[in-house]
Amino acid sequence: MANISKEEVKHVAHLARLAITEEDAEKFAGQLAAITNFAEQLNELDTTNVEPTTHVLPLVNVLREDKSVPGLDRDKMMKNVHEQEAGQVKVPTILE
Amino acid sequence: MTLFNHKASELQALLHKKEISIADLTAESYKRINELDTDVKAFLALNEEQATAQAKEMDQVSFEQRGPLFGLPIGVKDNIVTEGIETTSGSKILQGFNPIYDATVVHKLRAAGLVTIGKLNMDEFAMGSSTENSAFKITRNPWDLNRVPGGSSGGSAASVAAGEVPFSLGSDTGGSIRQPAAFCGVVGMKPTYGRVSRYGLIAFASSLDQIGPITRTVEDNAYLLEAISGVDPSDTTSANVDVPSFVKSLTGDIKGLRIGVPTEYLGEGVGEAAKQSVLDALKVLESLGATWEEVSLPHSKYGLATYYLLASSEASSNLARFDGIRYGFRADNVESLMDLYKETRAQGFGDEVKRRIMLGTFALSAGSYDAYYRKAQQVRTLIKQDFDQVFEKYDVIIGPTTPTPAFKVGEKNDDPLTMYANDILTIPVNLAGVPGISIPCGFADGMPLGLQIIGKHFDEATIYRVAHAYEQATSFHKQTPQIWEGTKS
Repeated sequence: MANISKEEVKHVAHLARLAITEEDAEKFAGQLAAITNFAEQLNELDTTNVEPTTHVLPLVNVLREDKSVPGLDRDKMMKNVHEQEAGQVKVPTILE
Repeated sequence: MTLFNHKASELQALLHKKEISIADLTAESYKRINELDTDVKAFLALNEEQATAQAKEMDQVSFEQRGPLFGLPIGVKDNIVTEGIETTSGSKILQGFNPIYDATVVHKLRAAGLVTIGKLNMDEFAMGSSTENSAFKITRNPWDLNRVPGGSSGGSAASVAAGEVPFSLGSDTGGSIRQPAAFCGVVGMKPTYGRVSRYGLIAFASSLDQIGPITRTVEDNAYLLEAISGVDPSDTTSANVDVPSFVKSLTGDIKGLRIGVPTEYLGEGVGEAAKQSVLDALKVLESLGATWEEVSLPHSKYGLATYYLLASSEASSNLARFDGIRYGFRADNVESLMDLYKETRAQGFGDEVKRRIMLGTFALSAGSYDAYYRKAQQVRTLIKQDFDQVFEKYDVIIGPTTPTPAFKVGEKNDDPLTMYANDILTIPVNLAGVPGISIPCGFADGMPLGLQIIGKHFDEATIYRVAHAYEQATSFHKQTPQIWEGTKS
């Protein structure tokens, strides 16, 4: 039975860019352990030589002519941006 | 009584006879929403001003230029982007977000002349089976306001069941159209993967998501799917296959139809009422000339685990885009960019979404990838092969849509795994990419039950033919909840 520690939950939360409290880490550790334990029933199946399915359709690369088409309007694209300056998206300082 | 008692073809006849106008139909929708939606809570944003103006203009269009859905009101699930109408996907992280383009299906609705009435509530990012995970409100089942409408397209199913709109669009990743359709006693179709463009559908699990129609009759459903189907250059996973006239397939003739009934769909965990309603439905279909046999989809029981690993993995990647930078909610009082990401996402996402993002991140992380993600993809192959084998001998597969009718609000909130078990009969269909419909097939303690009809890839026509023949031979679809008459229960 897989156990997921609070530390592992914090690590996963960091990878997923989620701030997490001690209390939540505890709660999610239990829930994720229950779900992954449930998922381990898949190990009952022998899948040697079974091809994985990433997609149900027999998709190949979809190509189009290399011709430029107008994209979305820039002013429109900036409409939902909270902080902006000189037509650019503003974020907190990233360099000291 | 409401105009929405009529199906599309009857409404068109009334429009032709000038007994009603398109403006009347739009007004009827908003009147019903005003009367009923404080109880049902199906709608988020409304589009009243624009829709009213649009309806008046459309009344001027000559009848020769009108198609079968022209002028009819529709509600759209809130994970489908609509230019100029707030679109949140049921999440705080997108509160106030105003899309700057329309989803391909929204273009197609407009081309067909449907009038978008508003946006419909849903579980946050379509993760849930009860619409209790919406960040904004809990939608109620019109048949019993103490019960859930199902989910994630709970608003889409409840709005049609309550007669607020005659049509809606939902999306289905693991059952999110069919399960709420079953719980609310309406018709919901998950088309073949690739049938309908996903461009402008806020992605949850890209290899599983499909948009589909929710209506009160099979015929209306066939009209609406016809209107939204087709290949789209903006979605490279949309399939370049012909879209047949689904309505023309509604012949009423199912003589010689071969039905497979999976033992697993009538087995452990499936309630007696659901089982009995399916057996009764099979008798009806037999009387119409079909034959049925028990078949096996032996990997069904692995569907749930496979689904939660794959869907969560895809979600963890898809939802990485919600970072507070370009749109949507943004956390205040943060010092660094990393904190901005983390705080925005921690405050913007609800618990179920966080849980799945973390499960997916875990399943994809170094050391877990082969054991969880790749393993699940391999089992997906086995599940798909189950369907392929049955469809070599049978035209459709039939079973219940859900193990039980709608449960009470709050009843299954505590344990995620109990909630997930609602979807055991719908999930394998998404994993295999085949189409499936839920249609009303009975009641248990006054709550609707759904019959699930599953077809071959791109053979929605046969599903509709069977569903329609069954519907014509029964009267479950004619029943309406008490709230339908406008009386509050």
